[in-house]
Amino acid sequence: MVVATCILAMSVVRQRLHDFMRMIQPDEKWDCTFFTRKEILRLHGRYHELAPHLVPMDYTNDPDCKLPLALIVNMPELKENPFRNRIVESFSEDGMGNLSFNEFVDMFSVLSEMAPRELKAIYAFKIYDFNVDNYLCKEDLEKTLNKLTKEELTPEEVELVCEKTIEEADLDGDNKLSYADFENMISRAPDFLR
Amino acid sequence: MQVRPEKRERGKRRRAKNDQEAKGRERDEEEQTKIKSAKTTKTRKKEKSRKTEEEEGEGESEERNTKRKKKHGSAKKEEKEEDGGKRTVKEKAQDVKKKKHKKVVETSSEQETSEESSEDNEEEDNEEKEVRPESLSPEELEKLKEAVDERKKLIQGLRGKPWPMKKKLVTLRESQEFVEKYEGALGKGKGRKLYAYKVMMTKKWMKFQRDFENFKTACIPWEMKIKEIESHFGSSVASYFIFLRWMYGINMILFGLTFGLVMVPEALMGRPYGSIPRKTVPRAEEASAMDFAVLWDWGGYAQYSVLFYGYYNSQRAIGWLKFRMPLSYFLVGVGTVAYSYMVVIRTMARNANESGVGDDNSFNFSWKMFTSWDYLIGNPETADNKFASITTSFKEAILEEQESRKDDNIHLTRFLRVLANFLVLCCLAGSGYLIYFVVRRSQKFALDGLENHTWWERNEVNMVMSLLGMFCPMLFDVISTLENYHPRVALQWQLGRIFALFLGNLYTFIIALMDEINLKREEEKIIKFNITMWEASLYNSTVSENSTAPPVTIHPADVPRGPCWETMVGQEFVRLIISDTMTTYITLLIGDFLRAVLVRFLNYCWCWDLEAGFPSYSEFDVSGNVLGLIFNQGMIWMGAFYAPCLPALNVLRLHVSMYLQCWAVMCCNVPQERVFKASGSNNFYMAMLLVILFLSTLPAIYTIVTIPPSFDCGPFSGKKRMFDVIHETLESDFPAWFSKVFSYASNPGLVLPFILLMVLAIYYLQSTSKSYKEANVELKKKLQTQNEENKKKNKRAALKAQMDLEEARKAASQAAEQQNNNASLQEEETDGEENHGSNQRLHHSKNGRNPPPAAGEQECHPPATRAPVPRTYHHGNHGAPGYLPGFSRQSEPRMYRVPSLQRH
Repeated sequence: MVVATCILAMSVVRQRLHDFMRMIQPDEKWDCTFFTRKEILRLHGRYHELAPHLVPMDYTNDPDCKLPLALIVNMPELKENPFRNRIVESFSEDGMGNLSFNEFVDMFSVLSEMAPRELKAIYAFKIYDFNVDNYLCKEDLEKTLNKLTKEELTPEEVELVCEKTIEEADLDGDNKLSYADFENMISRAPDFLR
Repeated sequence: MQVRPEKRERGKRRRAKNDQEAKGRERDEEEQTKIKSAKTTKTRKKEKSRKTEEEEGEGESEERNTKRKKKHGSAKKEEKEEDGGKRTVKEKAQDVKKKKHKKVVETSSEQETSEESSEDNEEEDNEEKEVRPESLSPEELEKLKEAVDERKKLIQGLRGKPWPMKKKLVTLRESQEFVEKYEGALGKGKGRKLYAYKVMMTKKWMKFQRDFENFKTACIPWEMKIKEIESHFGSSVASYFIFLRWMYGINMILFGLTFGLVMVPEALMGRPYGSIPRKTVPRAEEASAMDFAVLWDWGGYAQYSVLFYGYYNSQRAIGWLKFRMPLSYFLVGVGTVAYSYMVVIRTMARNANESGVGDDNSFNFSWKMFTSWDYLIGNPETADNKFASITTSFKEAILEEQESRKDDNIHLTRFLRVLANFLVLCCLAGSGYLIYFVVRRSQKFALDGLENHTWWERNEVNMVMSLLGMFCPMLFDVISTLENYHPRVALQWQLGRIFALFLGNLYTFIIALMDEINLKREEEKIIKFNITMWEASLYNSTVSENSTAPPVTIHPADVPRGPCWETMVGQEFVRLIISDTMTTYITLLIGDFLRAVLVRFLNYCWCWDLEAGFPSYSEFDVSGNVLGLIFNQGMIWMGAFYAPCLPALNVLRLHVSMYLQCWAVMCCNVPQERVFKASGSNNFYMAMLLVILFLSTLPAIYTIVTIPPSFDCGPFSGKKRMFDVIHETLESDFPAWFSKVFSYASNPGLVLPFILLMVLAIYYLQSTSKSYKEANVELKKKLQTQNEENKKKNKRAALKAQMDLEEARKAASQAAEQQNNNASLQEEETDGEENHGSNQRLHHSKNGRNPPPAAGEQECHPPATRAPVPRTYHHGNHGAPGYLPGFSRQSEPRMYRVPSLQRH
């Protein structure tokens, strides 16, 4: 689950580097995320690039700016991801997908390769939990599956796969996956980390 | 700096708040106890089912109690006065309350949902801050220290918390403030200067670490390139480049060792070129020694240079540093191998830890569902391929599930598989024989003299080896279609076969080389004899002139010399590497680039679509490339002892291929159709590398140990065996007692028990790991049976509930009939509708939390709705849900969560 942390462009950051660093406080974010200072600055560059007219370079006066879901989802890192909306939504505070820069950094921090498995499992669960009820029920699984396969499976096949999945992973037998079930299953997956 | 004032202001506000809080604290406590008692009454009613949970909670709460005895001492006393019957319930309530505190303070990985709000935090912080720094008894101080440490831990563990960012930042700021404030207080005391100093140092150390980390991330080479490839082609192609980078790092270190400890000292401090025979080009070759053709073949001046074994002098210590050249040469040779072993094994162990246990097939569908997407993909084409491959994998899995191994004609498959393996074996044997034949032929050519032959005849061995390495894998690919394996299995087979091919080729090559070594050694004997004759004659001639003439000085170029098989081996390896590199690059250019260009531009004037149809663009062949890299490395390890320049060459090659392949991948390859993920096979490659390392050190060690070094070239000339250097050093450079100790330590009486001990330790470790594995399997079995039991139980419960429901319905309908009868008897005017309405109202008042059942159902059985409702409520508390008819599934979790919300 490594979204390529950043692919392009450092150009914005170069201007007024020093003042700017103090303003977005990369050191503070260091403690909260898995990024180094350089990476955080680069991320801010990307964030700024998304909407230059919305995002200020000056963080003293107006720290509450948020980018809407539609803008973030169009980043090249997320554009091809079938779960992009869910990812952004589960990291936003209001659940609607509006991200402040803090949350933006948080998102990439969790998705980056440095984040530990447990943390990723927690957020993966959130991402797959389409109706936010803390359980992965059949509808969630169906949605997941349809996104994964671009709805190329027949309804019967989808049904079968979902049933099988629940049957495999459901330990307490309540016909839906709680976080414990999910964690148990995902912790043994050979290629979950990537 | 701009943040500071803000912070300070915040701190002030907080302090004011604290004071207020302190005043109202007592009142608060009273209120809390009240709330608690209310809670107990609430919880007591339905507590039976949760007893088991409670017992778990008790253990935890006890722990926490010891931690926070002081704060909650008063509350606890009150509770103790209460009678024992209520106690468990009380503790439960306390537990509920304390969970809030625990969440903030505890840094261990307790997993919390995001439900808890940040207000809990605030409350907690305020309470924490009521500890005044002015009134410090040592006990309190200790506690404060603990609290500070806890905060520090919290700061460290913060990044691993699944909290929203805002909360993280708030917590971080608060904790930092706390730490700063109280750390200062702790440091003010008389005897605590040391503590303050320590704190300061740790701060500086942290800062340094951060800067260092920054520096490190800035120094990782090719990061952006690899990320770009990653997003275009998925993680498996990127994993090749990461592997390449890793190899590059290792080779850099090997290069540093050989260059710094062997080549540079010899070049700087050793005798200069032309001073002794082994360091001069012989007279016969002098004319052509600077020709490019000869140099390209690593003859001439290249052969008599620091690049090869033969150039090094056997002088024990060189230069003003008294550098022990032969010893250094030997130790570097051993060191490179040892270092490589260490690195490979360490990486393997780390990978094994990461990958965990993922072999069993019990979560087939779940894994496919949740982990099949490659989150690195950022390219539409790759994404499309990935979607397609996921779909097909699901379809395959479904088919497998449905047919459940309906094996069609297993005999045919078996026969085909055997046939395929037979064919592959034939290929391997054929290629082995071909190489052996070619090497033999080349020896004949060499005896004849190379000048009489064509270019092809001179380079036959390398070319044949490269061509075999190119075409045999294709053949294997064709053969493997016979076998009808699953693609992943097929890939492994393919890899194994190519591995066997390369290995076989390499070993035939080595065996042929051994033959050549033996030939050279016989030649050496003759030459040695001739030289003694020559020297004698020289001596005689000088003697006969009776020392009147000046002593004859012979130019070192004229001195006859032995063939020096070590240099020959080194040359062979260098040539092999060069030709291998060349073929790799040329196939890259022709097979990828030219093909891409042709397909791209001929497409305008061709009868079918070249891009989508037959030739199309090439894919990046991860496994083949990784294998090539591994074998290349094997050759380096094998030859590095006889040609110290090999690591340098390899570094160069890897550097170039990094750029070249990055470019080629981005410019002329298309994403793979079957997009594999990387992590599964990572250790597979590492295991291959380990095997190659072992197999390549084997012949090197064999030659070092068994064959005596040449008499007139190389650092070990004049010794019986190469490892005599160690002995010599021990005798002459170390004090006598040391060599004595060493000889004692190396006598079999001590070595054998030591080996025995090691074997026993290995046996012990292996058996323990086996037993762990067994225990693991046992546990898994238990879990499964429990799972099944649970399911059965639930089914039974659901059935029972259904039966009850039916009964209740029947009873209710009977009652309703009776009622209806009664009603019709008593009042004939009242409608059924009113009756219905009252029922509904009743229902609403009865169950406040439950959502009302579907209206349709109510209309069908108007009076029946009352009966099942309390039943479901109980049911929910038991923790065994079954879907009751008439209730939507969505309502289930909400009912579930009612108790859990209370607990928070």
